Formats: sequence, structure tokens, C-alpha cells
Amino acid sequence: MEKIYLDYASTSPMHPEVIQNMTEAFSEYVGNASSIHQFGQKSRGRLDRARRAISKSINAKPVEVVFTSGGTESDNMAIFQCARAHQNKGKHIITTAIEHPAVLRPLEKLESEGFKVTYLPVDSKGEVTTQQVEAAITSETILVTIMYGNNEIGSIMPIQSIGRMLNENYSHIIFHTDAVQAYGIESIDVKECHLDMLSVSAHKINGPKGVGCLYINENIHLPAMLVGGNQEMKKRAGTENLPAIIGFDKAVEITQRDQSDRKKRYTAWKIVLLEELKKANIDVRVNGTLDNKLAHILSIHLVGTAAEKLIIQLDLNGIAVSVGSACTAGSPEPSHVLQALHGQNGTAVHESLRISMGLNTKESDILYLAKKIIQLTKK
Amino acid sequence: MKAKSETRIVVGMSGGVDSSVTAYLLKQEGYDVVGVFMKNWDDTDENGFCTATEDFNDVAAVADQIGIPYYTVNFEKEYWDKVFTYFLEEYKKGRTPNPDVMCNKEIKFKAFLDYALEIGADYVATGHYARVRRDEDGKTHLLRGIDQNKDQTYFLNQLSQKQLEKVIFPLGEMDKKEVRKIAEKAGLATAKKKDSTGICFIGEKDFKEFLMNYFPAQSGEMKTFDGEIKGQHDGLMYYTIGQRQGLGIGGSSKSNLPWFVVGKDLETNTLYVGQGYENERLYATHLKASDFSFVNPEMIPQLLKCTAKFRYRQKDVGVTVKFNTDFSEAMVEFDEPARAITPGQALVLYDGEECLGGGTIDAAYSDGVKLQYI
Repeated sequence: MEKIYLDYASTSPMHPEVIQNMTEAFSEYVGNASSIHQFGQKSRGRLDRARRAISKSINAKPVEVVFTSGGTESDNMAIFQCARAHQNKGKHIITTAIEHPAVLRPLEKLESEGFKVTYLPVDSKGEVTTQQVEAAITSETILVTIMYGNNEIGSIMPIQSIGRMLNENYSHIIFHTDAVQAYGIESIDVKECHLDMLSVSAHKINGPKGVGCLYINENIHLPAMLVGGNQEMKKRAGTENLPAIIGFDKAVEITQRDQSDRKKRYTAWKIVLLEELKKANIDVRVNGTLDNKLAHILSIHLVGTAAEKLIIQLDLNGIAVSVGSACTAGSPEPSHVLQALHGQNGTAVHESLRISMGLNTKESDILYLAKKIIQLTKK
Repeated sequence: MKAKSETRIVVGMSGGVDSSVTAYLLKQEGYDVVGVFMKNWDDTDENGFCTATEDFNDVAAVADQIGIPYYTVNFEKEYWDKVFTYFLEEYKKGRTPNPDVMCNKEIKFKAFLDYALEIGADYVATGHYARVRRDEDGKTHLLRGIDQNKDQTYFLNQLSQKQLEKVIFPLGEMDKKEVRKIAEKAGLATAKKKDSTGICFIGEKDFKEFLMNYFPAQSGEMKTFDGEIKGQHDGLMYYTIGQRQGLGIGGSSKSNLPWFVVGKDLETNTLYVGQGYENERLYATHLKASDFSFVNPEMIPQLLKCTAKFRYRQKDVGVTVKFNTDFSEAMVEFDEPARAITPGQALVLYDGEECLGGGTIDAAYSDGVKLQYI
């Protein structure tokens, strides 16, 4: 049975060019980038090239990009270190109700340490407004952390507008965005968005797992979370994982190749899927909207269908999709994102599927998915 | 008949050695095996620890070793509604329920069976020690497991023809030692895992402590049938007929024989105690039962001579069963007096190797006099 992967928002397969570059890197770059000798110099040179390319992709300076072990570390570092370094100015943080757990759990930890956190509710599109953010600001606010695009329903937040508002009226407040899901799909310019920090992960864009980066505006003070050696401008100790960073570099290059074509393709296929289902009289609703969404993510509410069972049935038919939320003992917990959108006991919470597309997705995959959903829900 | 590789068997995997070997054997035979873990109880504590996670991790490890897909199905609601509610209700009535019998009837061989069929199962297998025989005319019979010591038909007695139709018990032909050996030889992650004891939702916790979460302790008098007060009890539901532990009274008085629970009276909230394992108050000659279910109801005559078990792992006792006209109730006469017949427990009937079905014990009698057990 041919298997169809439609869970790119969880992780994506490495691109063959990434694999090739990394495979070569393992034997090519043996030195420690911090060493004085030529082995080290060679690695250092390659590391800096990667840093330049990745920083350029978000319109940042190379010194503003710190390599990390991935999205979770980037989010943790941004939040914990910002809170700790700036708590003398206040202990209030603003975020949204639908952030990734890598943001929510650190914030909960900070709450237990005496910080106050405002969780902005989202509207039916899964978005917050700049006005909501502004209204939540107090004299104690030190950090605003709002995701660029949501990982479960794909809604995009008005990051540029929020950044502008903060920059104009509250320039002392630090602005972070978790762009793990948006990077590579959306063009992101940290200067235009007035971002102080931004988290990225390589494995969502066909790069390797276990590597990512945190953009840190050079004008803000953010002490290291991991301390030790002097790597990464003293902001993140530990010998750099150069082969993975080289893979990351390649993946970034690949995302820039046909970004707008891909967006168009994915958006068209979403409509194909919805039309196929509607033609078969399936009561399907989009969680959030089709507009202003990350192109590769679609969350659908199949009214009256238990999603937990459907994803297993689809898997046994060779199609991998997701419910998008965490599991306990293999059983999905109710999604906090869908609860924020539909209320705690909304039926959509247990009747929604997340379909996410990527480089290898074909239109025939989407048609096959539609066919199987129709078969399985009509039985 | 479909080819084995086209025949999907969904195995209920608990993370224990029995269901691991069940899945392993079926996979070895070439079937399309899918493992499903049932999450029936949420015991996540304040630290986020949940025993189901450990068991699920074992399912994942074994499924990986034998190369099968595996999933979790959540039956917490069904379990609460059908099994746990019944469990509490029975205790409230002063009876001693058997949640395992109910779990098999309502969850494993109903909710789970339906679920398995929905995800494309041709058959459903579990690691129970029991056998199913299929006649040429399609009739299914439930037989004891070969390992007399592990035979689990007692817990399966409420299953119907329809429920057993699609069920396979690969371990029914084996004894437990063999199962362990297969698991060890195959290097299965659960080969040395301890057998689970007790009821799934209580686990290793103290039974009395668990019940106290649901029932306020209503203490009352603990006395002999002669009226001698021996102390206080903590609440009738914490005691079972024939129980020795936890009474807190020593030998003393007439003899040095240990004390046992020999009766209860819910109305006066009295716990009756008596001395000696063989105390006459613990012996019955008859019982009354209801809630009968039979695998093949047409095989059952109004007056049935067969053997019976009144509790798990007890030796069979010869009995004569007199049913009422619609088979909803029966008086059961024993060939020899039986000890500690407990209302709420299952009465299971056998004809040689075959488990015919069973009911629930409502009352015990000694020579026509109802024993004061509730």
C-alpha cells in the first residue's frame, strides 16, 4: 500500500539535497568551529556562511541569529531569559490562548514564580487583534509573545501591525514570535515587523530534526540559558551541531525557491478537498477561515464524526493526518486551540482533523484523502 | 476464506505479557495484526503521572518488536457509565460486585469489539485463557482454557453467541509457563513483566482507601449473632463475607480460632463476625441468582444438572439449577455445602469443559433459611 503523508505540520521529511549536504558535512567538517587550527577555521567559515544565509532570509544581521536545538529551546530561551533579565521593569507578559505548548508551559512556570500572564482569547478566525494586545498592556508589561501562525488551524496573527504599535508607543516592551510553523511558508521580515525575537525550527521545512534558531535583536539584552563555552556570541553554549546547521542552511535555501507557487498550490488543494467532501454531502466546516491562513495547514470539522477513530481508520488506509494535539497514553487530549475557538465542550473539539501539506504532496493525494474520508464517514 | 495476510485481527493489548504473546503469535502466523490499547480510566495524578502511560509504552515497545501498527482507543466514558457506576451501585446495595465480568461484557466484548469491526477487523483477539469452539453450523461454544489454574471463563460468562462469534483466544490452548517462555524466546519487552493484580481502576492501591473516596465511612457495630459486641466496623462496604483480615479482633473468648465476617445487615448497619474458617454461618446449601446469560440459550433445560463456580479459581461444585419459566431467575442447589457465597459475585455454570454461561448471585440459603449476608 502506498503511504500518503499529510502531517507536515508535525514534521517534514528531509529534502534529498539536505541529506546529501549533511552526509558530506559529516566527513568534510571535522573541526570544532571554536578551534584555532585550520580544521576549526574551516568549520567556523561554514558555520558563519549558514548564519549569514539564514539571517538574510528574515532580514536580520548574522550576529542576531543564535543556533539552538530547535523550536522548543528557542521559545524557552526567549521567554525565560527575557523574563529573568527584565523582571526589574515589570512582571507582566501578554500572549494568546492558542500558543504552542513550548510557549505556554514556560509561561505557566513563570506564573508559578510570580509573573502575571494575560492569555488573549481569539476570535472565530483564530486571530487576535492589535487592539486586544494594546488594551492588555500595563505599566508592568515587559514581553509580548504571539505566534506568527498557528500550528493546529493555521491562522496568521497580525504580527506586523502589533509590532508597529509596540514600536511606536511601547518600545520598551520586548516582542517575540514563535514562527516555527510560519517560517518557510510566509515571508518574514523581522525589521518590518519590529520583532525583537523570533523562533524557527529546521525540521518543519524539510531540514533535520534537532536544530533551529532564535533571532535576537542586537539591541536587546538576552542572557544565555545554556552556559558554558563561548559559542554563539556567548548566547548559547555548546559545540555547534554543524552538520545539522548545514542541513538547516540548505532547507532554508529550498524554501525560498518557489514559495509563492507552493502557497498557491496548497491553497487550491484545500478548496479541492472541501469541494469533494461537500459534493458527497459531508457536513464539513473549516476551523478558522480559508483566508489569512498558513497555506499548508487545514483544520476541518467533520460534523458528527469522531476524529480520534477516523485518523486511525485513515492510517490503516495508508493516510497520515493528525488531530494536532498532545496525547496521553496514545489518546489525544482535547486541543486547547479548538477549545479556544469553539468553547470547551464544542463538538468540533473531538470532530476535527488537521491536514498539512508539504513538498511531496500531490493533488492525487488530496483526492485520495477525500475519497477515503467519504467512504469512512458514510459507512 | 480470505488469505491470512488479508485477514485483519485486532488484538486488545494491555501492555501485559499475555496480550503481547497473543499479538506475537498471530503475527507469526501471518495475519494482518493491529494492536489496540484500551484507555478505560484516567488516573493522571497532580504530577501528570498516569499508569496507563506505562502500559501504553509497553504496548508500543512490543508492537515495534513484532512489527504491527498500534493505537489507543479511549473508553473512559463507557467504562464509567457501564462498569464503574454498576460497581458503586452494587456496593451501595451491600453486595460485592465483579467489575471484571462487567468490563468483559460491556467494554472488551462490546465497545471494543464494535470499534475493532469499525476499523476493519475480521476477528478480535485477546489474551484471555479460554477457548472458543465453532461448530460446522456456525454455533460458537466457550470452553475452559487448557491451563486450569489460569482459566478465565469465570470472567467471560456473560458473553453471548454474537459477542463470541468474531473472537479468538490464542492462549486458550496453552499454559501460562508456555506463554512466558514464548515471550522470553521472542525477547518481547513484556516477557518479565509482573502480572497485574486487582481491578484496573484501583491498581496497586489499597482497596478500602479507594472505596473511601466514594463512600463516607459509616461506622457501626461489629457483633456476633449471639449479640456480643466485638467492636466497631468502618462501614459495611469495606467487608466481604468470609473475610478475615482487617477486623482488628484477636482470638479470645470461647476459643482461639480467628474471627471472620459471617454476615451483614444493611438496615441496622451491623457487621456480624464469627470464629473459625469453618463457621457454620459461612456455609450455604442453595443460592438464588438472576441476570442470566448463556452462550447457547437453547441448550439450557429448565432443570439443569451441571457444575458451577461461585468465585474465580475455585473448584467446581456439582449443582442442580431450577430456572423459572423465563430463565430470568434460578434456585441453585449444591451437591455439598459451599463456603462464603457472596451476593453480587458471579455464578458460572459448566458442562465438563464447556462454560454454559452464568448469572449474578442474589442470596445464599442454608437448608431453606436465607443467610443474613446483606
